[in-house]
Amino acid sequence: MDREPTILESFQQQGMSRRSFLKFCAAAASLLALPAARAAELAEKLGAMPRPTVIYLSFQECTGCLESLTRSFSPTIEHLIFDTISLAYNDTLQAAAGEAAEAAREEAMRKAWGKYVLVVDGSIPAPLDGAYCVIGGKSALASVQEVAKGAAAVIAVGTCAAFGGLPMAAPNPTGAVAVQDLIKNKPLINISGCPPIPEIITGTIVYFLTFGVPELDAHRRPKVFYGNTIHDRCYRRPFYDKGLFAKTFDDAGARNGWCLYELGCKGPTTYNSCATMKWNGGTSFPIESGHGCLGCSEPQFWDRGDFYKPLSAGLWHGSIGEDLGIAAVAGAVLGGAAALTARHRQDKTRTETETRKPEGK
Amino acid sequence: MDLLTLARGPILQWALVIFVVGTVWRLAGILLLRRKPDYTEPRSTHTWRGAANLIVKRTVPKREFAAQTAFGNTIGYVFHIGLAVVVFGFVPHILFIKSLTGLSWPGLPSGIVYVVGALTVAALVAALVRRISNPVMRLISNADDYFSWAVTIAPVITGLMAAAHWGGPYPTILAIHVLSVCLLLAWLPFGKLMHAFLVFIARGTTGALFARKGAST
Ligand code: HEM
Ligand code: HEM
Ligand code: SF4
Ligand code: SF4
Repeated sequence: MDREPTILESFQQQGMSRRSFLKFCAAAASLLALPAARAAELAEKLGAMPRPTVIYLSFQECTGCLESLTRSFSPTIEHLIFDTISLAYNDTLQAAAGEAAEAAREEAMRKAWGKYVLVVDGSIPAPLDGAYCVIGGKSALASVQEVAKGAAAVIAVGTCAAFGGLPMAAPNPTGAVAVQDLIKNKPLINISGCPPIPEIITGTIVYFLTFGVPELDAHRRPKVFYGNTIHDRCYRRPFYDKGLFAKTFDDAGARNGWCLYELGCKGPTTYNSCATMKWNGGTSFPIESGHGCLGCSEPQFWDRGDFYKPLSAGLWHGSIGEDLGIAAVAGAVLGGAAALTARHRQDKTRTETETRKPEGK
Repeated sequence: MDLLTLARGPILQWALVIFVVGTVWRLAGILLLRRKPDYTEPRSTHTWRGAANLIVKRTVPKREFAAQTAFGNTIGYVFHIGLAVVVFGFVPHILFIKSLTGLSWPGLPSGIVYVVGALTVAALVAALVRRISNPVMRLISNADDYFSWAVTIAPVITGLMAAAHWGGPYPTILAIHVLSVCLLLAWLPFGKLMHAFLVFIARGTTGALFARKGAST
């Protein structure tokens, strides 16, 4: 057989039934909230297409995103990487290393030129020709540009790849940038989160393979997953609305599940699906475990104020008290000067009228 | 820096600085003025009582004119009290004030704040309609009146929009909310909104003068 096996065939080659393939598709469809007709289309298209080549490049990252991805419950990572896609390169998951791995990547790129999907996790340091991140003698900057050239689309996984993340946090010592700052001429999907919810990664890849780029928000994130804020879907919301807030992490309010806004929850400004999809196969999500949302799926979340201060607390530079003290003194000086000028003018008019008086009489 | 971080960071900080400079400037400028010498014989020396008297009296509508002034007075009270409830009763606002001053107090349920916010908008709109439809009011109104009205209603509308997720992504509307507050803060000392600090000083001064002259109030 010299043609590539289809996705359905590779499921069957792994000893799995058509039924388990359909179950995989159903899981993906429900994850993506697809209507029935689209779900059928998903199964049909996935079944008939050859496994697409995916090249997964990791740069300035902590491997947390990949750790997350490997804990995807449905679709599972096994189904995804063994049956649904052909993972041609991932320096953590692949067996090959060193020059053999690089050669495999080049071969895969050549074969699927213009058709493969490039997944990136981690940010990319831009200055000095990318000298701050070099893998196998090649800078991250050069690699991502080279591999992106032949890609059908680019998926930036994790807040670092999507928005710069931790490496870009002030003072951004390596001049890190996001993938979207470098790759301008390819369809690009951001899957943000630190890490992203694993099912969002797998779900987006499956969606992209069948239907192309999904509907995206202003930060190029799939709207199905990033359409609502954590706060909109938070089960503690009734307490926010009633004005009941935990004041410390172990007070009666915290134990009764009151809102964590005062403890720094960033849920109101954070778009992600944690409150509905949850983590670890739907076990729970951070707020359910008693900690506020950090806002990890939003740009610059490291630099948007203290994680433990309320969202509405001011983001002052330096000391606001000192600034306002100086402002008050400046105001008093201006006001004093204005009053002095007025008094001076009064004195002048008075002496003028007084000296004029005799003449008039 | 994104718009929200910019709005609630440096822009809000500058707005507060302008607010403090302007307020202290105008208050000091007025309070340090020399009063015109009054050579007349005082009818009464209880000028402080006169001042306090007028401050209270002018706060209560006069019975003789109650019918004509009822509408204007009511909307005036509704939106002023509404503003106070919204600014000092909403928990995110209290936490903002706490981060600035260290002072805090218990808040109101958000639902109440939204209803009061809506009433405030309605009363402010009624005040504008009255200003435009009443020929005398229209004649004595200048650009300051309309601009001050606009910067007063803007934070209430944008706050409600943010809470309702109306008009765009929440962080964007929230940033616009904070920017509208910045505009209000920066404008307050320089236009008619300075009445927030000056009404009682003005009334007190008038009351003291009336007492000295023995005028009935
Ligand atoms: C101690 C605080 C304040 C007092 C005693 C006060 C008192 C008054 C009075 C007596 C009037 C005129 C009568 C009326 O139209 O009802 C007035 C009008 C007004 N006040 Fe205040 N005020 C205070 C604070 C504020 C603040 C903080 C704002 C805005 C942020 C504000 C906004 C307005 C506006 C927009 C009008 C004009 C309403 C119209 O167009 O008819 N006031 N205020
Ligand atoms: C019904 C009317 C209003 C609603 C629903 C409302 C709502 C909000 C909300 C949701 C926040 C942000 C909290 C967060 O960051 O999570 C906020 C912040 C703030 N609002 Fe309002 N607001 C209203 C009216 C006003 C008015 C009239 C003022 C001032 C004149 C005001 C001043 C502020 C300030 C200073 C902040 C803090 C800025 C920051 O987030 O750093 N608001 N408001
Ligand atoms: S815990 Fe956070 S997300 Fe949940 S209601 Fe409170 S502020 Fe909103
Ligand atoms: S709850 Fe907030 S901080 Fe936690 S994972 Fe979800 S988006 Fe990130």
